[in-house]
This record gives sequence, structure tokens and C-alpha cells, in this order.
Amino acid sequence: MLPVAFLHSFVGAFDFILHQREAVTGGGVQVGGPAYVWHFARTQLEVSAVALAGAMAVGLPAGLVLGHLGRGEFFAVGFGNAGRAVPEIAVIFLLAAIIGIGLGNVAIALGILGLPPILTNTFVAVRQVDRTAIEAAEGMGMRAAGVIARIELPLAAPTIMSGIRTAAINIFATATVASFVGLSTLGDLVTGRNVYGDDGVVAGAIAIALLAMCIELVLAGVQALVTPRGLKLQRARQGA
Amino acid sequence: MIGLAVHAPALADAANKCAPGLPAGFCHHHAETGCVAGNGFFCAGWAVDNFDRYVGPFFRQLEIVAVSVAIGFALAMALTVLSHRYRPLIPPLLGVTGVLYTVPSIAFFFLLLPITGFGLDTAVIPLSAYTLQIIYRNALAGLANVPVDARDAGRGMGMTDGELLRRVELPLAVPEIIAGLRIATVSTVAVATLAFLAGAGGLGQLLAEQNDFKTNIIMVGGLAIAMAVALDLLLLLAQRLATPWRRVRAS
Repeated sequence: MLPVAFLHSFVGAFDFILHQREAVTGGGVQVGGPAYVWHFARTQLEVSAVALAGAMAVGLPAGLVLGHLGRGEFFAVGFGNAGRAVPEIAVIFLLAAIIGIGLGNVAIALGILGLPPILTNTFVAVRQVDRTAIEAAEGMGMRAAGVIARIELPLAAPTIMSGIRTAAINIFATATVASFVGLSTLGDLVTGRNVYGDDGVVAGAIAIALLAMCIELVLAGVQALVTPRGLKLQRARQGA
Repeated sequence: MIGLAVHAPALADAANKCAPGLPAGFCHHHAETGCVAGNGFFCAGWAVDNFDRYVGPFFRQLEIVAVSVAIGFALAMALTVLSHRYRPLIPPLLGVTGVLYTVPSIAFFFLLLPITGFGLDTAVIPLSAYTLQIIYRNALAGLANVPVDARDAGRGMGMTDGELLRRVELPLAVPEIIAGLRIATVSTVAVATLAFLAGAGGLGQLLAEQNDFKTNIIMVGGLAIAMAVALDLLLLLAQRLATPWRRVRAS
């Protein structure tokens, strides 16, 4: 019976996404339809993009410099591990209680959650760059900034991108609960059963899951693009 | 009996006066009235006096995490052993567990909700699905890192495939397996704070009830972090007990 129940609930959910209907609460209020669902999805994508950009703007330079200098390993790695334990919804509520609600404030809370994986992966990736490549660059007269930008960053790019992927998925997933602090994300749909009904709840859940997978696929594509050809050849050789 | 009924509302009234705007239950113990009423950053007195309200949800969340990680671990290890013997299974299994890892738990809760209803099941299914990929990937890496010499020695002693796996390969992979288990457990504690959305309770329930009282938010967050750290240390201890030979080599 379970597959039938699933199918039934999915059919209703897709109907909610595709067609407008009256709200469960009645009164002629129209809900559902592509534009309606997109409105919530767009807010969630926007706040996630702002948060990810902020986390990258802080985490990438910090990770690159600390990794280049080989300093602050305890901070950079410990921060990443500790970050995993922090319940994200508590951070959102706390920041909302302290600095108030709104897209900017939610983006700050989400950015804080995205920072650990980006910082840790960047630091570890730079530390793992082949020492001989760095020595060769220095031997050719390259300065610190050149070594970071032209040797360490490209060779560390795949691992850095996997940190950004983790951060992006976490941020997007958590942006759902931003609806509790007044931002109209897809969380409005999934927690609004009394207005949207089961169809709206499942429609919101499907939209969140599909968008998360799209983000994952797009960023996996970016990761493949930023991986230097030399690294791919090296890996292919090692695999063979 | 009649006397009690007459006195009860008066008591509730007095309690409510300690913090306007807070629900009656929230200051039924006498605490620092000013801090609570002004929603200070952390009202330690209130936290101490009201600690009892956090005990039940704390252990409920521990239960959700323990059940989810136990199921995830059992499934992931079964997949590991299966795909260790039938190697072509590895890419599709990594793909499927990868999708389950990517689907946000919060979306998964609400996908299940109309079917499994509010309760523990609706929280545990997404959370254990989420841990699969982390544990499976680490266990595979652990088995792949077993030294060829150790395998050859086992073979030389006449071990069958099953004996080799049980007595050589799995014990040598324990550090990686536990490393995966630690990441899965710590992440699950954090995500399980959302289990209240699936109607399973836990610390998140207290957040939902009072989401702008800072002391409450910090208590919930702090207790969740404390749970994650305690479980992490417990697993680290388990790893040291399960791999006595590593300590011998180190000394």
C-alpha cells in the first residue's frame, strides 16, 4: 500500500505545482500554480545565494592565506568540525532575536553556517598541494601572491569546490526554516498544512529536494570545470 | 480539593507577572525577573531554575539520534560487505546514497509526513538515510586501505574470504569506519534538532514553542552541541578500545 500512498501524494503535489486552486482555508484565496511556488523558491534561492557569496568572501581568502602560511591549523580545521555540531535553526532564531528579522539578517545566519566547510576545505586543500610545485614556482622567482593565485589556488580548486558544494547544500536546506523568522521561503509551504493542505506540503518538499539536487549537479559541473587538466591527467594515470 | 482549585489560577497569575509576553509555563519558577522580562542574552538563574524542562526533550533527541545512526550504520555496513564482494555494485550504491544525502532532511520529513504521519518514524527514516553515504564511503575507504601484506598473511594462514573480512580487513578498517560514524553522529545530532517538524519532539520542540527568548535558544543550541561533543568523545573512546594494536605501535 505504501507505493500507492506515495504515488497518490506525488500526483496531488504536482497538481499543486502546476495548477492554481482555492486554499484549504477557503474564502476564494487562490494558492498553487507555477508562479506561486516559484515566488517561494526564488526567495529561498536568493537568500541562499547571498549567504553563500558572503561565506565564500570570508572563507576563501582566510583559508588560502592560512593554508599558504601553514598557520592556524587548529582554528581552521577545528572550526569546521565544531561547525557540524551547531544546530542551524538555533543560530537563525538567535540572530533573529538579537538583530531582527529580514533577508539580510537571515543571510548572515546562513553564511555563518556555510563558513566552516569552505574555510576547512580551502585550508586542507592548500596544505595538500605538492611542495615540489611550490618550490619550482619560487625557484622561478614567483612571489607569495603569485604562488597563491597561480599554483596553490588552481591545484586546490577541486577540494575547495567540494567544500563550497557542502556549504551550498547546507545553506539552501536550512533556508527552509527561515520561514519561521518571517522570510517567505518554501518553508512556508511545508509548514502551512492548514492553508495549502497535504498537496502543498509535499509540493514544497519536492521543490526543495529537486532544487537541492540541481544545485548539487550545477556545482559538480563547476568543480569539473575548475579542475586543472594536469590534475585530471595525473589522476587518470594513478587510476590506471 | 476545592481549595486547590481556587488557589491554582492565583498561582498561575503570579507566575505570569514575572515576564509579560511569555507563556505562563515559561517562568513558573521564580527567577531573575528583570533579565527574563528584558530578554537578556543569557539569564543563568532562569536556566538553572528551569533546567528540568530540557531533560525530557534532550533524551528524546538522544533517542532519535541513537536509533537513526544505529539503523544507518547497520545498513551501511551491510552495503559495504555486499559491495566488497561484488565490486560492480559500488558506483550505483554510491550514487543512490549520494542522492539520499543531498535531499535535505527537512524536505524528506515533509515528503513522508502525509504517509507515515507525525512521529518517530517520520524523523528516523530521513535521518538514517542521511547517514548512509557518510558511513558507507568511509567504510569503503577503510577496506581499500588495508595493507596487501596483511591480506596475504591471512591468505597464507588459510583463511576463507569471510574469515579474511571478519578477522583481518574489518578490524584494520575500524579507524576509518569510526571516523565516518563520528561525522554521521555529530551531523545527525544537529539535524535532529529539526525532528520536531516531523512531530518527533526533541530539543527543537522547545525552540518552536518559544523562538525569541534568547536564553531558551542558547540552552537548546548549547545542549545539542554538548550532546554532539559527548557522543563524539564516546566514539573516539570506542575506537581506542577496539584497536589496541595501534596504541602498542605508537608507544
